[in-house]
Amino acid sequence: MYERGWRRYAVLALFLGPSLVGVAIFTAGPIVASFALSFTNWDLITPARFVGTANYERLMSDEEFWRTLRNTLSFLLGYVPLVIASGLFVAVLLNTKIPGRQIFRAMYFLPVVTSWVAVALIWRWLYNPAYGLINSFLGLIGVRGPGWLFDPNWAMPAIILTSVWKDTGFVMVILLAGLQGIPRQYYEAASIDGANFFERLRFITIPLLTPALVFALSISLINSFQVFDQVYVMTEGGPAGATMVLVERIVRNAFSFSRMGYASAMSWSLFGLIFATTLVFYLLRRGRS
Amino acid sequence: MKPTLTLPPSTPGASDRPRAWRSRVHLDWRTLLVIALVLIGGLIMIGPFAWAVSTSLKPRGAMLVLPPELLPREPTLDAYVQVIGRFPFFRVFLNSVFVAVAVTFGQLVICSMSGYAFARLRFFGRDTLFVLYIATLMVPFAVIVTPLFIIVSRMGWTDSYVGLIVPGIFSAFGTFFMRQFFLSIPRELEEAATIDGAGTIATFFRIIVPMSGPAFATLAVLAFMGTWNSFLWPLLIISQRALMTLPVALSTLQGIYPGQTQWNIVMASTVLATIPTLIVFMLAQRWIIEGVAGSGVKG
Repeated sequence: MYERGWRRYAVLALFLGPSLVGVAIFTAGPIVASFALSFTNWDLITPARFVGTANYERLMSDEEFWRTLRNTLSFLLGYVPLVIASGLFVAVLLNTKIPGRQIFRAMYFLPVVTSWVAVALIWRWLYNPAYGLINSFLGLIGVRGPGWLFDPNWAMPAIILTSVWKDTGFVMVILLAGLQGIPRQYYEAASIDGANFFERLRFITIPLLTPALVFALSISLINSFQVFDQVYVMTEGGPAGATMVLVERIVRNAFSFSRMGYASAMSWSLFGLIFATTLVFYLLRRGRS
Repeated sequence: MKPTLTLPPSTPGASDRPRAWRSRVHLDWRTLLVIALVLIGGLIMIGPFAWAVSTSLKPRGAMLVLPPELLPREPTLDAYVQVIGRFPFFRVFLNSVFVAVAVTFGQLVICSMSGYAFARLRFFGRDTLFVLYIATLMVPFAVIVTPLFIIVSRMGWTDSYVGLIVPGIFSAFGTFFMRQFFLSIPRELEEAATIDGAGTIATFFRIIVPMSGPAFATLAVLAFMGTWNSFLWPLLIISQRALMTLPVALSTLQGIYPGQTQWNIVMASTVLATIPTLIVFMLAQRWIIEGVAGSGVKG
């Protein structure tokens, strides 16, 4: 700070003021309001009524909510391991000296920059039970493909598959950045000692890549709790509620049923899950160092 | 010894070749295997887009043929003509461009200035306030969205550009991101400016901004992509077709044609909506990939 007296405050107001006001109105304010709302019943028409922890108690016994939570967790359990594995696989492949690496990297990254709506529409067409490309291919090898997005058993796996396809490039670039930070000399030394590809992977790549892997893992987990766009466009939570996930249910409660308080309570349970995940990662990291 | 497809240096003089030459065309079986795997994966990545393009070039009804024709037998631009005729595609496209550019520009200005305040200015409660900024990053949008919608609609901003743009400008993430960058700039540069009598404003605009190109570029790319692809927020506050952004307009397409979805038309719109993304991606590939890899933000 180079100014003195009132000029000091004028400069501060100029630099920080707009952001502070904006964040207060459009982020911090809504966070506080949402927390307060979660203890009320409000339908936007009649005034909000304080109900204490009734919304949270109702959540505990709401079978629909638990089902939504189970669906979200089954998305997470399918998506996270697969996307990390495929991202790692591609990153290791692209970290070798092959011609056209930049072009391949761009190919894998293209789905990441494409809007989820466009991707979801393309995959709805691919998954079309009668005329879709996927079932036609399966038919060629004599397999009768499932109804995918129309089949309660296959809708979630289909959404997971599409999400893994879309985000492989995302995990890949995070891990590639990590891989490129591993000194070459380690590999050269290992080769001299006669280590093969898998030994180098096991004893050099994986340990030294751990920070990047943990980063990719925590982001994938946090994102998958909040899965929404693909579900909304591909199934709208159906069929028969098989893909109804947390954010979809929050949005429905708030904007279709005008249950502002209940939706807020539900959204704070989502925050609780994300907070717990973040905390676990934080403690693990601190425990190691 | 590992098996190799490169010719052994049996011809006289071959072994005199510089090592660099041999390592550059190191086409042993491993490299070939890697290329094969990467190529298969790449085709899986590109395949769905290619299928979308192929479908979009088919005439009405040609999608409902078994087995599907991989390439259209009689390619036609009918679907594109219909999209542009029946759907305000250019309007929607311009909406998306306008909103994304406005949010990006706003974030660059607001976040760089607040980021600088947190990095360099000294004021009471700075670190506490900064922790609060970071804390908001952990809160999912689903928590914010309900009250935010109420606030924005009380302001009368539903179905307006203001409602699409203003809430996106004040990014705590952007502030955090710019602060981290500014902290990496050596203080000596600013101290020299202060000795020369420059104030904070002059120092910021004449010294800091010109040397922060990479940070601005990365934040710009993340803000642009995030806004361009943003779905839930515009879905909630926009109901007029004339104000829709591309993702929202696309998502309504399935409903426009009742009964059998006309996939050639849906795919044509998807292709049209994806082409701008593709162009931006090709132009700014380096910034996009580095920005995403460094921040973990998908946009």
